Amino acid sequence: MNTETEKTFVKFEKIDKSYDGEVLVVKNLNLDIAKGEFVTMLGPSGSGKTTTLMMLAGFETPTNGEIFLDGMPISKIPPYEREIGMVFQNYALFPHMTVQENLAFPLEVRKMSKDETKDKVKKALDMVELGDFGTRFPAQLSGGQQQRVALARALVFEPRLVLMDEPLGALDKNLREQMQYEIKHIHDRIGITVVYVTHDQSEALTMSNRIAVFNDGLVQQLSTPDILYEKPENSFVAQFIGENNRMTGSIKSMENNYCSVELDNGAGIVKALKVNVGDVGEKTQLSVRPERVSLGSDGDGENVFTGKVEELIYLGDHIRVRLDVCGNNEFIVKVPNEGSFNYNEGDSIKLNWNPDDIRALDLPK
Amino acid sequence: MPIGDMLLRSVDDTQINTVFPNTFEEYKKWDKEQDQLPPEEVYKALFQELAYGNKIQVGRALTRMNYSKSGWKSLIKNTSRAIKKAVKKDEFPDSYKDFLIAANEKWADPTFWYAMGQMVNNQTPIYYYNAIDMTYDQDQNVIRQKENRRVYVQTWIKTLKVSVYVTFFCLILGFPVAHLLANLPLRYSNLLMIFVLLPFWTSLLVRTTAWIVMLQQQGVINGILVWLGILSDDGRLSMVYNETGTLIAMTQILLPFMILPLYSVMRVIPKSHMRAAQNLGAKPATAFWKVYLPQTIPGMSAGGLLVFVLAIGYFITPELVGGKDGKLIGSWIAYHLKTTLNWGLCAALGAILLAVMLIFYWLYNKIVGIDNIKLG
Repeated sequence: MNTETEKTFVKFEKIDKSYDGEVLVVKNLNLDIAKGEFVTMLGPSGSGKTTTLMMLAGFETPTNGEIFLDGMPISKIPPYEREIGMVFQNYALFPHMTVQENLAFPLEVRKMSKDETKDKVKKALDMVELGDFGTRFPAQLSGGQQQRVALARALVFEPRLVLMDEPLGALDKNLREQMQYEIKHIHDRIGITVVYVTHDQSEALTMSNRIAVFNDGLVQQLSTPDILYEKPENSFVAQFIGENNRMTGSIKSMENNYCSVELDNGAGIVKALKVNVGDVGEKTQLSVRPERVSLGSDGDGENVFTGKVEELIYLGDHIRVRLDVCGNNEFIVKVPNEGSFNYNEGDSIKLNWNPDDIRALDLPK
Repeated sequence: MPIGDMLLRSVDDTQINTVFPNTFEEYKKWDKEQDQLPPEEVYKALFQELAYGNKIQVGRALTRMNYSKSGWKSLIKNTSRAIKKAVKKDEFPDSYKDFLIAANEKWADPTFWYAMGQMVNNQTPIYYYNAIDMTYDQDQNVIRQKENRRVYVQTWIKTLKVSVYVTFFCLILGFPVAHLLANLPLRYSNLLMIFVLLPFWTSLLVRTTAWIVMLQQQGVINGILVWLGILSDDGRLSMVYNETGTLIAMTQILLPFMILPLYSVMRVIPKSHMRAAQNLGAKPATAFWKVYLPQTIPGMSAGGLLVFVLAIGYFITPELVGGKDGKLIGSWIAYHLKTTLNWGLCAALGAILLAVMLIFYWLYNKIVGIDNIKLG
């Protein structure tokens, strides 16, 4: 615990933010970010993630609470003295300056010598592989190149921290994936702390050390990508990250880490992992990942059901099977394409899952 | 077409040549070195053309002749009467020269004959010379007008000066307003936009007259200043019927032409640019100066050029609030167009105005680049 607090580089302490004095956009946010970490704030629009980022950059002030950077409270420091780099949503490159001038801007306002400026600009351009584009204007570059310039500009003055506000939102899918790796590699190489905001979960999973899932102004869960995916703590996280099959029911009994849940439509009783539930008799939502369901066998005899194949979608590496199970005809199972799958639409099929793979969570609001 | 017609008219001198074709023909043969006065043939041709010429045509020609030298009108009218009388009686003189000189002794004055030399060609630059306070002397040399007749050069300078000032003040006043318009939340900016456009919906004359009410010595502003004790009662400022009045009223009237292009350019500058600049370490003032201002140059140029062009040719407002020394070149054009009917001079003044504009446009293109203009 002690070592962890020592490593804390950015600390949000009990942050509230309200624009109109009535509705809280961010509620009681506590978040610690270690030096060199890549932390993503993930959430739907209006969840408070961008507001949080703007408070860190200094463009918004918290209503309550304090933000610490390297142990120092920064609420009273204006944005231009925070030494925090930022990549904006639409890059915010200055259209009347060339790429070089854009990159030299943060160095010039710091009164750096001409030679040093030139040197650093060149290095930054080489880092993003745009060495030959220095004399062009932003409008003469493609979207991906502009993105790289924006990245280079945010890094060129060696800030203590880099913020990125949906930087890949304007790019097409292929380019977006390529840039995700590129940003990740740059992060690995120079070891700078990055706070990244996105609403795209695959982007978050690809790049981050840890992800803070935002909804409704609250951090729903803060964890590493694998834990978020495999062990979501509430129904929002389970639903927002990756695909899941949901069933609702009420709790019949509890023992140790498990509980028995009677499904609402009387389709049977499921044994599930007890994660985020109330007492016996209360409602719960069950969540199981499509790839954790096995078809055609009894398994160890627990949680065995029968379903009807509604639709088969061939996706190359796996086959996506839509089933009607327990009255839910949106039940998805992903079967690895090993050549042994031989069911047709309309067939009845047995399926089961391990109680450890199905999680009993809260009901969504 | 109208511009071409105007340019032609500014050098056109054919009317008078259709009235006195023979006179001018003979006139050209006159050797001024040898004879002090033109030969007998010139007098004869003039006699005949005055005797049988169309009265209206001759009248128009007289107006033209007076531009070259005053006194022509009365001289010819005078002489015409004598000639008509003689013709009626069928008395043709032996010497037309003697007859004319007898009718009016000015026909023996060579300066009138010299002045005729300016009219004998179908084209004349005289209107242009007049427009810059020049005229001919008796030997056909171009000289400056007599001191008390010089008005245009002074007015040209004043017009340019006022236009530059008005453009400058519009820029200074318009920039913050446009900035507010572009950055306020929609419901406030809509209201502000109505205030900006309101003057367009009011008659120009009403606005100008309102300024007279505001600015005159017993007017609203002086009244308030005296009431506040800032001015003494006999120290009232004279802000109207002079250049100050022209400047104030024109700035107010032309302000929207500066605000609107500026606004449309500012509106599309993303707000994230100022944030990005600050994030990169620039203080707000530096961010404004280095990042925001350069991006508004297209709007400033468009607005500036627009205001300047309008200001340089403005005439109603300076005419009304300018008094004597606030008059601009546009007022003179209107005056000659409607009062003296000297359309040649009007056309010449207009052509010079056009040329001045083209020079500014060219200069502007050299310095800023015309592609940099943006209205939206």
